[in-house]
Amino acid sequence: MITTARFRPPAPSLRFVHVWRRNFLVWRKLAIPSMLGNLADPMFYMLGLGYGLGRMLPEMNGMSYIAFLAAGTVCSSTMMSASFEAMYSGFSRMHVQKTWEAILNAPLTLDDVMVGEAVWTASKSFISGMAVLVIALALGLVHSPLAVLALPIVLLAGLAFAGLGLIMTALSPSYDFFMYYFTLAVTPMMLVSGVFYPVEQLPAVVQHIAAWLPLLHAVELVRPLMSGTLPSHVLLHVAVLVVYAVTSFYIALVLTRRRLQK
Amino acid sequence: MPILAVHGLRKSYGALEVVAGIDLELSRGECFGLLGPNGAGKTTTLRLCLGLTEPDGGDIAMFGLPVPREARQARLRVGVVPQMDNLDPDFTVRENLVVYGRYFGLSRTALEQRIPELLAFAALENRADARILALSGGMKRRLTLARALINDPDLIFLDEPTTGLDPQARHLIWERLQQLMRQGKTIFLTTHFMDEAERLCHRLSIMDRGRMIAHGAPRELVARHIEPHVVEVYGDGVDAWASQSGAGLSDRCEKTGATLFCYARDAAPLLQHLEAQNALRYLYRPATLEDVFLKLTGRELRD
Repeated sequence: MITTARFRPPAPSLRFVHVWRRNFLVWRKLAIPSMLGNLADPMFYMLGLGYGLGRMLPEMNGMSYIAFLAAGTVCSSTMMSASFEAMYSGFSRMHVQKTWEAILNAPLTLDDVMVGEAVWTASKSFISGMAVLVIALALGLVHSPLAVLALPIVLLAGLAFAGLGLIMTALSPSYDFFMYYFTLAVTPMMLVSGVFYPVEQLPAVVQHIAAWLPLLHAVELVRPLMSGTLPSHVLLHVAVLVVYAVTSFYIALVLTRRRLQK
Repeated sequence: MPILAVHGLRKSYGALEVVAGIDLELSRGECFGLLGPNGAGKTTTLRLCLGLTEPDGGDIAMFGLPVPREARQARLRVGVVPQMDNLDPDFTVRENLVVYGRYFGLSRTALEQRIPELLAFAALENRADARILALSGGMKRRLTLARALINDPDLIFLDEPTTGLDPQARHLIWERLQQLMRQGKTIFLTTHFMDEAERLCHRLSIMDRGRMIAHGAPRELVARHIEPHVVEVYGDGVDAWASQSGAGLSDRCEKTGATLFCYARDAAPLLQHLEAQNALRYLYRPATLEDVFLKLTGRELRD
């Protein structure tokens, strides 16, 4: 009986919005340090590598290296921000502060909480991705209004990484556990998904593996849009991100039900 | 219709049956206390009643609504004070109330009316804009209680509400709970403080190893299960005295730690005898709920 209940499809109510609003209210209080923290790291990499390394490099796929890197950074910064939010902040709310427990005593269900958390995480990572995009625009690295279409892609990628992060949160005994995910998943993914250099530079085996990772598909969509061309295989890339977002959310939900509805 | 009705409720974790077929009924305006040692199944019972975990068997109806199926609807009329404070540390006192009220779908106007009342109730009017970290344990508990009342609930669950509080803070919580009862609220309380249960509850159940082992009003339980007089004896030679005289003069004797508890229907012979024992000290008192509790659940340590 318990096992079947655990696997039932998500049945959230609109009250999930209040979970989102709760997190938004906390974020608003800490918005400036939080934004700086979110932005500083990707900015240093983008500007440092972009200008420093870029000076030694020829054009890459028809664009300057820093423009190439800016598109990758939009996506990697989205991934980083979503992962941190879903894991460290999510774990605080679930396990340390018992915020979810308090919410679950109100007329909300765990499904509402999880949807609220996933949408919130995607929103927060969207802000991070967008901030990089705005800076790229200010630096004159964006040449086409098509770049606007990168925004829904960033949001979708945010949802995909939110779901993956929430899986780790559901499994985690403590904060230390998240280091595994960062060192074994996030960092390698960033290196093989075409953020810093074209994927074609990698051995064929690695390319095959990278083709299954969500970050690569986000990059494949965002980079052409920022440079003013329509991406190829749009449906495929979008479909991969959607499948990641939906599946990872469902797995996270089942695992969290197992953890909290004992 | 009872406010809460539970029949044949069961819940196991692996081979361990934590709730082993219990029945409960709460009627409007009463304070019901669930007592039991650590690990008796009290908190699991509360979680089941709130629809936070699926039972393995039995039925629960809150306000006539089946739980857990319609628990969300039922929880609209419920307030919960959890065992551990889970206030939002990033928010002020007032923000905690606002945010919690939104979970119930309360409008801004409704909250603007409600919050000053609740701050007064919790004696936190001057702390509305304080951070949670700046509050004392007693203040946090009062705020948690105020938060549980944000939706003006008909039924309030309190899971060990005064654990870890100093006497002043406990008395204030008790006074507030009595105030709520006068307003006609129904209270479901778990505790392992017998004085708290005796003071607040109209009716009690004692739970141990997942089962209900006794029910009744506090005085009734004492009258039914225990001799009315208790003499606690301690000092050098208490063991020898117990076997020579104590056991014969009382109806029942039990040793816990260094203290001998003598239970008697008539304490006069016992007291007379003790007067003459210079090495022993003693305390004579009426039997309390704690004596019942220890008799029924045993004296060994529970962790």
